[in-house]
Amino acid sequence: MTFVAKPKVHHPLLQFNEIGLTRRDYEGAVSTLCAGCGHDSVSAAVAIACNELAIPPHRFAKISGIGCSSKTPSYFLGASHGFNSVHGRMPSVATGANLANHELHCIGVSGDGDSASIGVGQFAHIVRRKVNMLYIVDNNGTYGLTKGQFSATNDRGSTSKKGVPNLYSPIDLVSMALQIGASFVARSFSGDKQQLVPLIKAAIMHKGFAFIDVISPCVMFNNHNGSTKSYQYVREHTASMVDAQLVMPHEQIEIEYAPGTLKEVDMPDGSVLRLRKISETYDPHDRVGALNHVQRAQEQGDVITGLLYVDPIASDIHEVLETPSTPLNQFGEAELCPGSEALTTVNAGFR
Amino acid sequence: MSSYNDFVIRFANVNGSGSASANGMFAKALFRMGIPVASRNIFPSNIQGLPTWFEVRVSEQEYFGRRSKVDIMVAMNAETFEQDVAALRPGGYLLFDSTKGRDPRLAREDIVPVGVPISRLILSEFTDPKQRQLFKNIVYLGVLTSLLNIDFSVITSMVSTQYKGKDELIQPNIHALEMGRSYAQNYLDCPLPIQVRHSERLGDRIFVDGNEAAALGAIYGGATVCAWYPITPSTSMAEAYEQHAGKLRVDPETSERKFAIIQAEDELAALGIVIGAGWNGARAFTATSGPGISLMTEFLGLAYFAEIPAVLFDIQRAGPSTGMPTRTQQADLLAAAYASHGDTKHPLLFPASPRECFDFAASAFDFSDRLQTPIIVMSDLDLGMNEITSEAFTWDDNRKYDRGKVLNSEDLDNMEVFGRYLDVDGDGIGYRTLPGTHPSKGSFFTRGTSRDEYATYTEDPDAYSKNMDRLLSKWETAKSLLPAAEIKSEGRRAGIIYYGTTSTPMSECLAMLDEQGIELDTMRIRAFPFGPEVVEFIDNHEIVFMVEQNRDAQMKMLMTNELDVLPSSIQSILYYGGMSISADFIVDEILSYYQANNIPRIKVLST
Repeated sequence: MTFVAKPKVHHPLLQFNEIGLTRRDYEGAVSTLCAGCGHDSVSAAVAIACNELAIPPHRFAKISGIGCSSKTPSYFLGASHGFNSVHGRMPSVATGANLANHELHCIGVSGDGDSASIGVGQFAHIVRRKVNMLYIVDNNGTYGLTKGQFSATNDRGSTSKKGVPNLYSPIDLVSMALQIGASFVARSFSGDKQQLVPLIKAAIMHKGFAFIDVISPCVMFNNHNGSTKSYQYVREHTASMVDAQLVMPHEQIEIEYAPGTLKEVDMPDGSVLRLRKISETYDPHDRVGALNHVQRAQEQGDVITGLLYVDPIASDIHEVLETPSTPLNQFGEAELCPGSEALTTVNAGFR
Repeated sequence: MSSYNDFVIRFANVNGSGSASANGMFAKALFRMGIPVASRNIFPSNIQGLPTWFEVRVSEQEYFGRRSKVDIMVAMNAETFEQDVAALRPGGYLLFDSTKGRDPRLAREDIVPVGVPISRLILSEFTDPKQRQLFKNIVYLGVLTSLLNIDFSVITSMVSTQYKGKDELIQPNIHALEMGRSYAQNYLDCPLPIQVRHSERLGDRIFVDGNEAAALGAIYGGATVCAWYPITPSTSMAEAYEQHAGKLRVDPETSERKFAIIQAEDELAALGIVIGAGWNGARAFTATSGPGISLMTEFLGLAYFAEIPAVLFDIQRAGPSTGMPTRTQQADLLAAAYASHGDTKHPLLFPASPRECFDFAASAFDFSDRLQTPIIVMSDLDLGMNEITSEAFTWDDNRKYDRGKVLNSEDLDNMEVFGRYLDVDGDGIGYRTLPGTHPSKGSFFTRGTSRDEYATYTEDPDAYSKNMDRLLSKWETAKSLLPAAEIKSEGRRAGIIYYGTTSTPMSECLAMLDEQGIELDTMRIRAFPFGPEVVEFIDNHEIVFMVEQNRDAQMKMLMTNELDVLPSSIQSILYYGGMSISADFIVDEILSYYQANNIPRIKVLST
């Protein structure tokens, strides 16, 4: 099996973005996932979001673990480097990549097996470390590549394709991210491009750790009546808290929503994230409130989607470490090696 | 008759009692008198209350290995009196607290007891309970200055430096020193026949441990990312990197720090961070020990197969499992050399001194970038954590980092075809690109799954095999790049092979064997894979000894596995008790071998 490069033919009606590229320039290789896989919709949403942000595609670094979800970085942003690492360890590899060059936009793609089971420790710790990145979990509640075992995000009582019920409590990565201190937490549905694309854009522009849990049905193993991660279940049980729209600093702000239902969130780069509030009481700046909302909804079998929490003045790991504005990977011996004179002083300290 | 600058002293203390700083000061004071010294901290895996020993070998001949029997014992821990007294050589000196007389457990006919009422002296002068505890150590230090004729001004100036800024501590410390010193002068025969005197032997040498040396080497070698997880005996390397980089890598104007250090959640994450940084073009390393290597094996396989630079420092300790975490061994060779599933192998470096820890640490980043593969520097607890007399560090300011085959944007523009894993130069090493280099050329997908020369996923048998063969060709390239074995050969019949800290007792060992009529050629292994000189040395000697600090003769296994060498051609000398190997042990083993096999010696013994 070899990847097939998509032919680059520009349809005359394709729109150019601000840097003269089109949507096609943000696509990757042809997907080898199953037809109808939710993950492909997520990949498409990432490509659209990056195109709309007009960031040169080679200025992204895509990192993933192992699993169906982790294959997807091949299927978007073909001009950027990708790294398909080991199972559950994407967060550490992404941390290292970000330490080496903070100027690249880091997109990490993981799955529910990758992040909630084998990699749950690394997931928790990358949240703590405030790595400036977009961390997407394509959450289908199943192990697709090994043919349909339950994953740790599967709700108790939901059934496998063979009808066997899940006996164990689920791990909710959104609640974990909120509790540990992620500065941007959202949940969406792979089939809801209108909600997902602005969330991805805002997450990429967010300076700090941005987490999006995307419910992404597995058409082969988890899209049946007993599943709580099927297209049908999620469509019926989605409670959209917030609709998001990202307005870039240089764009005209168009008011599309009636006053009183809009929440504008100032992003650190000067852009504005506009949220349409479904619930008048929902405050996306309230971490504890968000946690409460998510858990209450879960109790009722509802899936809360939208931007659940954002800290508009978040910081990232480089601020903590006080690293220079020049990326660490761009220094040579002139900047890094203290030289023989300094070594004389060092030696003297050992006498 | 008096002897100068030639003895072993051991301090027996309770850990957590503040003895470490007093004992360290003792060793450093002798070093400052120009005398070659080696120190060894023999400590328990515990915070407070268990026995701990500190040993100093003072040697004008620069014999720095451990010796099984000691000349002077400072017995400050009642719990270990029996074994401490037993460790003295006949005629050795026992310094003990005689406040309550001499404990029966300290009785031995053939030694010289030196009693000092340390507790009584302290009680009469100090009231603070903490000071009473701490100053016991300082009092015996004062006693030793008289007994051994140590330059008192050297010690007092060290106290003043150590407590600079906390001036209220200087006077009581000096007072405690003087108490011990004057008691010894008034009531004991001073100095002992074993004593010290100023020496000129040291030149510009330094007194340092291997971990701090390696940390400095990493800084000089351009490492900008360090990710680690605390584990004895490697922790002090990461801490030293942070401390020294905090001085040497900080912009004085902007206060920006040209390094990033992360204490990761575990060793897996530590290596993951290193690999992510290496993939993205930063020089990165981790410091760990055997259990950490075990956890890192999956990632090591990824870095081998995906061909990503990474530098690891394995400060080995006694295994298996948790083993003896505060004891030394060289028992991770096989685990490190072949770490990970599938056909995997990694270059190893074996530093034998702090100076070499510095040099190898700096060079490891060049090797790793050049070979695009992890390099593991195999130090150990003995080398990593103990201060020893070492050559001073040097650096050639004209030296350039070898970043290996990395293409920049201009290179890519001038290229017809880029294939990440194409063997363009025939050395098995492809050209890599860093993320973000070029808008349309040179991007590729890094993966642990099989791929063709253009980094495209494939399960084609021929493409897979071709790639695996290229990795072997790169392995051949490594042999000519890594430091060759250090050989001293005069065409003798027998030779001895050693590496890392088994080198420390070797000069003494060879001198002792020489006295016994046995002369040996020597070969010190400095890297794996082995160069052609290694098999040549083995082939050219009728008898070959190999000294290792592990049970299973792991270096011998590497040699018989990788070289055309019969297992029977190497006689293993193995010590794995967790203390560092001594010259006596090696000599005894060799003598036994000669006797058992009726091998004639070169000289007739004059017994």
